[in-house]
Amino acid sequence: MSTDALPALPVLKAADFASDQDVRWCPGCGDYSILAQMKKMLPSLGIPPHQIVFVSGIGCSSRFPYYMNTYGMHSIHGRAPAIATGVKVANPDLSVWVITGDGDALSIGGNHLLHAIRRNLDINIVLFNNQIYGLTKGQYSPTSPLGKVTKSTPFGSVDNPLSPLSVAIGAEATFVARSIDVNIKHLSETLRRAAEHRGTSFVEVYQNCNIFNDKAFEYLTDRNTKADTTLEVEHGKPMIFGKNRDKGIRLNGITPEVVELGKGISEDDLLFHDEKLEEPTLAYLLSRMRHPEFPVPIGVMRYVERPIFEQRLHAQIDEAVKKRGDGDLNKLFQSGETWTVA
Amino acid sequence: MGTQKQVVKLDAATVRFCGDSGDGMQLAGTQLTTTSAIVGNDVATFPDFPAEIRAPRGTLAGVSGFQIHFASKEIYTPGDEVDALVAMNPAALKTNLEGLIPGGLLIVNAEAFDKKGLEQAHYAKNPLEDGSLDSYKLISVEMTKITREAVAELGLGQKDADRCRNFFAMGLVFWLYDRPLDPTLRFIENKFGKRPDVAEANRKVLKAGFHYGETTEAMPNQYIVDRAALPPGIYRSIMGNQAAAWGLIAASKLSGHEIFYGTYPITPASDILHELAKHKNFGVMTFQAEDEIAAVTSTIGAAFAGKMGVTGSSGPGIALKGEGLGLAVMMELPLIVINVQRGGPSTGLPTKTEQADLLQSMFGRNGECPMPIIAAQSPVDCFYVILEAWKIATRYMTPVFVLTDGYLANGSEPWQVPDVADLEKIDVKHPGPLSNGDEFQPYARDERLARPWALPGTPGLVHRVGGLEKQNITGNVNYEAMNHQEMVDLRAKKVADIAKELPPQTVEGPDKGKLLVLSWGGTYGSCRTAVRHMLARGESVAHAHLRYMNPMPANLGELLKQYDNVLIPELNKGQLRLLIRGEYLVDAKGFNKVQGKPFTVSELIEAFGKYL
Repeated sequence: MSTDALPALPVLKAADFASDQDVRWCPGCGDYSILAQMKKMLPSLGIPPHQIVFVSGIGCSSRFPYYMNTYGMHSIHGRAPAIATGVKVANPDLSVWVITGDGDALSIGGNHLLHAIRRNLDINIVLFNNQIYGLTKGQYSPTSPLGKVTKSTPFGSVDNPLSPLSVAIGAEATFVARSIDVNIKHLSETLRRAAEHRGTSFVEVYQNCNIFNDKAFEYLTDRNTKADTTLEVEHGKPMIFGKNRDKGIRLNGITPEVVELGKGISEDDLLFHDEKLEEPTLAYLLSRMRHPEFPVPIGVMRYVERPIFEQRLHAQIDEAVKKRGDGDLNKLFQSGETWTVA
Repeated sequence: MGTQKQVVKLDAATVRFCGDSGDGMQLAGTQLTTTSAIVGNDVATFPDFPAEIRAPRGTLAGVSGFQIHFASKEIYTPGDEVDALVAMNPAALKTNLEGLIPGGLLIVNAEAFDKKGLEQAHYAKNPLEDGSLDSYKLISVEMTKITREAVAELGLGQKDADRCRNFFAMGLVFWLYDRPLDPTLRFIENKFGKRPDVAEANRKVLKAGFHYGETTEAMPNQYIVDRAALPPGIYRSIMGNQAAAWGLIAASKLSGHEIFYGTYPITPASDILHELAKHKNFGVMTFQAEDEIAAVTSTIGAAFAGKMGVTGSSGPGIALKGEGLGLAVMMELPLIVINVQRGGPSTGLPTKTEQADLLQSMFGRNGECPMPIIAAQSPVDCFYVILEAWKIATRYMTPVFVLTDGYLANGSEPWQVPDVADLEKIDVKHPGPLSNGDEFQPYARDERLARPWALPGTPGLVHRVGGLEKQNITGNVNYEAMNHQEMVDLRAKKVADIAKELPPQTVEGPDKGKLLVLSWGGTYGSCRTAVRHMLARGESVAHAHLRYMNPMPANLGELLKQYDNVLIPELNKGQLRLLIRGEYLVDAKGFNKVQGKPFTVSELIEAFGKYL
């Protein structure tokens, strides 16, 4: 069949993805920006809203599906990756997105996050990391820094935080990226690449909670400091940063270090980013680089292709049908030893 | 040389194989079951095994047993007492002797009664020699020696040779009850065909056992149990878990919805997963999730996307699924939740049966969270309850509990195989695409108060669901006081109204009288047998067996009032009794047991007799 016989798809706009529900996040919340970038990015995929499902857990970020004019489920705390797994296996044609937060994905739902990622379903997981529990009004989260003073830690947190990207890489993630709520172009492009990637795409978005953890990422967003504190990684390019683009990351043995360009150090001495490496060593190394010792990497750190869970699952079913024919109930009931009573 | 044997005709016989959990007793029992079913007997079985896979050899903790009752009449239980006991070692003898009738046949593997074996079973003296077994017909056979001799020419290692001993025991019992060897020979070919030496060894040992029976003077009698008068048709033997799995496959076919079975391994429910995973050519998706919570939530996701979502587990797993089930109730999605009940609380008795999760199914979720509950009454019935559950789930858009138990799951009985053309189709509707402008109402109601099952991927039906309280019709989030009242009432009414479409509760026996026995679930067989026994004596007793636990049949309250006493026998501390008293203000009495074992018919008759 010739493709030009098909009617042209209507061109969708950001507004086509907005539901009629009032958005109820606090004014100034970083979530607004992420919602806006998602709505702006989605038309570029050419997927109609009825083929898209947003699944979320519990928390401020998890209200997201209500604001999208797509299919959606605002589920229970931590379980969105497992629900999304069921949706995707049931109907692999759907574009499935998980919207989650640092508490939802890494505390109560840690197990599901690990297993969704290792299975490598073709879904997209966007983790809004604000390093705080917002909806329960300000307790520390599994990404809050050590010593963080919150309502539940008036003398400072004694819990070690974990790095979402390191966790994802440890779980064999095939796509790992980080962006920042207010870095809108970068965020939009990161979401687009996550959608385009075949397999589980894991995106961490640093998101400001202006009520309970305001300015947690100010060092990355402040106009005066961000060039020196952020490392935007790009595939095939050297890792250079700084207001004057005069600093870089070099490998000393197996340890990264910050160096200044010039004084005998050239671009060629720096680490070059390669998101396609089969082994995730470089991506892991990037996920460990923390402020203030290092600039914080943003961008796509890992982008590889691996077999996809739901495709393998359905291939087994297709193979069984091919070998044994479509299931026949009468045959099943009379398989093995039977006898007849006259 | 063969001795002249006396042939004795029996109505029924009960045999129990017991030995170490590595001795192949479950296999022996299964083979005798299949063979007895094939020769036309009615059959009921009771496998009984430890939670440990291989407890230390020869110990009391490691004893595994399999009891089978076969008869020339209809039977409903695996038998209270054992006519012939096969004990492969002293530990098995010690833990199983109690069930053997005085004068019963006791076949033992003599060589296992050595110093070590006796010590492990805590026998101070050898029971084979101290006269303590004088009230039984003791047949002490050197099974190890005979088995090794039978396979000597095959050059098998001693370990492989000794592993055939259960076939000797089988052969001996097959001779004793005049059973054909062919089905077992076919089984050996299928199972061990790839190892011809092992197959041949098992064949030889099976025959050696059979010939031993023929020739030994210690067994002067051979018993015959004629075929039972069962309705004509094609039959097979089926276990409860297998029947549940096949029920799912049938419901899937009859409704045109592929199965998504999300589950996590747990005893005694895992065999449903194992069985389903074999039948992928029916479009079955099996998903072994990372935990029980993912098992139910992935299933909810699949249900949202339009599949026949099923999750199965046992009590501890159901506890973990509670929050997910609340979500399914709130989102009004169809789901089947199978609970193969086992002894609790906590890890409890993983391999033993119990009925103590009824209240968990009723109330084990936060908030006002009603779910329909159906309970299977026999291994075969596990097939039919699933068909009903899926019909209710899709008609009313609700998750439905199916309760079975360890006794039903592992027990087997003959099944008159239905013709698929005779099974009722399950009609499931999904709204079609809407063109631009028409507003879709995801919480609109039909005459059963069910909301539409709109599938992602359908143009014009985009909508959001979730755990927050919904506004009726629109499905939008709504926290208003009167809306919550309306929605809680609506969800309750929707489930309660299922009763309007349920068949009325029936009774066996007089429709009024001194005693009504009200049972549910896996105790059906023993209760029915006990009541029939008493009816035959002319007692004023009747039996109602409840299948629909929530809602209950509309006529039940009236029915209960027709008897002077209502007695509810349960393998728990009185859970149905609590519901019945609460719902109908009837002073129901209980007969309760929590020993990991089903009721015996004799203990029921005794208990019922107290009210007559």
